[in-house]
Amino acid sequence: MKGLEQLLAEHAFFAGMEPKDLALIAGCGANARFEAGDYLFREGEPADQFYLLRSGRVVVEVHDPARGTITVLSAGEGEVLGFSWLMPPYRWVFDARALELTRALVFDGACLRDKCEADARLGYDLLKRVTSVMMQRLEAASVQLLDVYGGAAAR
Amino acid sequence: MSDLARRPGDAAPPDSMIPAIHRVRRKRQETPDTWTLDLEPVDGDGQRTYAPGQFNMLYAFGVGEAPISISGDPTGTPGLLAHTVRAVGAVTRALCGLRRGDLLGVRGPFGNAWPIDQAAGHDVLLVAGGVGLAPLRSAFCRILGERSRFGRVSLLYGARSPRGLVFADDLRRWRARFDVEVEITVDHAVGPWRGHVGVVTQLLDYAPIEPEDCVALLCGPEVMMRYVGRELSRRGLPAERTYVSLERNMRCGVGLCGHCQLGGELICRDGPVYSLSRIEPLLRIREL
Ligand SMILES: Cc1cc2nc3c(=O)[nH]c(=O)nc-3n(C[C@H](O)[C@H](O)[C@H](O)COP(=O)(O)OP(=O)(O)OC[C@H]3O[C@@H](n4cnc5c(N)ncnc54)[C@H](O)[C@@H]3O)c2cc1C
Repeated sequence: MKGLEQLLAEHAFFAGMEPKDLALIAGCGANARFEAGDYLFREGEPADQFYLLRSGRVVVEVHDPARGTITVLSAGEGEVLGFSWLMPPYRWVFDARALELTRALVFDGACLRDKCEADARLGYDLLKRVTSVMMQRLEAASVQLLDVYGGAAAR
Repeated sequence: MSDLARRPGDAAPPDSMIPAIHRVRRKRQETPDTWTLDLEPVDGDGQRTYAPGQFNMLYAFGVGEAPISISGDPTGTPGLLAHTVRAVGAVTRALCGLRRGDLLGVRGPFGNAWPIDQAAGHDVLLVAGGVGLAPLRSAFCRILGERSRFGRVSLLYGARSPRGLVFADDLRRWRARFDVEVEITVDHAVGPWRGHVGVVTQLLDYAPIEPEDCVALLCGPEVMMRYVGRELSRRGLPAERTYVSLERNMRCGVGLCGHCQLGGELICRDGPVYSLSRIEPLLRIREL
């Protein structure tokens, strides 16, 4: 079986990161496996994890009493999930549920934060990577909010 | 490759202002507000040929005319014209309200076409949003009919929700093929949807492009096409090989009235298909 550091090095999110930094980050991580239907996290619960998906598919959902469960995002191999560990109050704002057997690397958020505090260069590198994904998600969410396919003047 | 979709100065057909009467032969509901109408000419006058990307002016008697892309399979039944219409206002609502056997007027076909022949020998990426799949369906059917002429062929389709997907049967059939990649996403989903959820650009991770050898055809809401165009450019695809089909208000359809003018372009005559390199600067000017 591949070691955690090697799995990290192969994941697009960590592309180009220095081996010594990968080793530090690997120290906070573990392999995880979720069966179809398992929740990776649930709204309101403490957010202590950061997920790198290696295979499978996960949906991010929110529950609305009137409309039921609404899926707002799906993620699969090569994608990352969960940013609430970065900033207080460290609580999940959505649910995340595996749609099928999903393999992931899971990192302890507090451990990552400690390492970033102790090594600002590593912290900056990690934050740049996280921010880049967050920016893409923000842009995507804005386009979703525009409801381009929905309104009368849109197709 | 230069701007292949251009076909400047083509003269409009001589009878282009007189609608030919057509009958609705078949009508299929695609989504809660979108229908596909199969039309046949009443006088039996064989249907003119058309190229994927072109549109007709459909005339709902007593209500008015609207430009609607041809969504049919150009390799399918000759003489039948398919149009897929989303009801958004008076004319499109009247068109969607037509029943089997009802009559309407058809002028066209107008406009230029997707650069399909020029894309032969290359990978082709089609990205559609909402009812924007209509003109791309024609292109996709033609590409499938001549599959061996093209490299890798991918269709990425985004809609508002699973209920908003047009051509569901086609999508199912296309997804079952081994020689094309078809990925579908919706902005949000309620219920048993197991596909992708998110914007259409996310699908590019599932159908990666070779920017040196790819031609992209985009059709959907303008905001979506700009967003996809930016993402393709970020991935290295030159704007000269990224084509969009524009929808602007049109009246005559033949470049006479100036209604659909965008800068120096008359979209009904010079378009509706443009390379991004040619049209993007104009799209950025808000006053146009
Ligand atoms: C080349 C071309 C191809 C087209 N192909 C199709 C097609 O295949 N299927 C289809 O359903 N529609 C298509 N359209 C759009 C269609 O022509 C318009 O929806 C129609 O003209 C609206 O007329 P209306 O009287 O029903 O609505 P109106 O009363 O004129 O408008 C109702 C609402 O729709 C908005 N609207 C009008 N025209 C457009 C437009 N072009 N784009 C976005 N919003 C618009 C208006 O701003 C208004 O809010 C195409 C347009 C063009 C220019």
